Amino acid sequence: MLIKCPLCGPRDRREFYYYGSDDYLNRPGEAAPPSAWDDYLHNRDNPAGMTRDLWYHEMGCTSWLVVTRDTVTHDIHAVEPVAERGTTA
Amino acid sequence: MPELLAKSALGGRTLTVGKTTLAEASLGPLTSIALFPGQGAAVSAALGHPFPAPNTTSGPLIWTGRDQAFLMGQAPDLTGLAATTDQTGAWSALRLTGPDAEAALMRLVPLDLRLASFPPSTSARSGLNHMGLILVREAEGFLVLTFRSMAETAWHELETALQALAARAHL
Repeated sequence: MLIKCPLCGPRDRREFYYYGSDDYLNRPGEAAPPSAWDDYLHNRDNPAGMTRDLWYHEMGCTSWLVVTRDTVTHDIHAVEPVAERGTTA
Repeated sequence: MPELLAKSALGGRTLTVGKTTLAEASLGPLTSIALFPGQGAAVSAALGHPFPAPNTTSGPLIWTGRDQAFLMGQAPDLTGLAATTDQTGAWSALRLTGPDAEAALMRLVPLDLRLASFPPSTSARSGLNHMGLILVREAEGFLVLTFRSMAETAWHELETALQALAARAHL
């Protein structure tokens, strides 16, 4: 399995660390109700098909990446650096 | 203040297997330069070398990450332009030269290191087996940087790979 790091190019899966769903990028605001925190921390879908999750290029450029991939075909459709999303606070 | 001696991790060790040589290298000072946002051009001017693009080197600069490079040498004052940290004691350097250098490294590094895809002035941050690695292709061979605390392990991995290649060549 190769992940195409936007900086380093295609790299072997062993250079990367898997973190989890990209839901972790959308942290609720301070006044958010407990249900929003429940969704943020615990409630995950387990889709057969397109999924977006966070990978860390641990043994490479140490970038956090959002990887869009298909759990049925194992195709990787997009890899975007989290850093280029900017701050949306 | 007593005169303190800087000791290298491997005491300048050298090993030749066949025609391929593994040797500890002495790089002198090593400085990490992490750009502040938008300061690439100003830092390039201050250093006298363009800030390296990903997977490349630029003079004494080695690309090591997003907006970050290692300078082989002492950095000038970059106050307001970049964060500089001394890495001299943190890394150990090996040089691997000779006909088996590519094959030995490719047993441990998940990259295509053949000359066509990894020519001189190319660099990579990757792994040497399970260790973090900064790899640079030089005119003569490879410069291999690993964490100093893992210098013996890196040496062992490369020595084993070189000996395995030599053994296969004798079959």
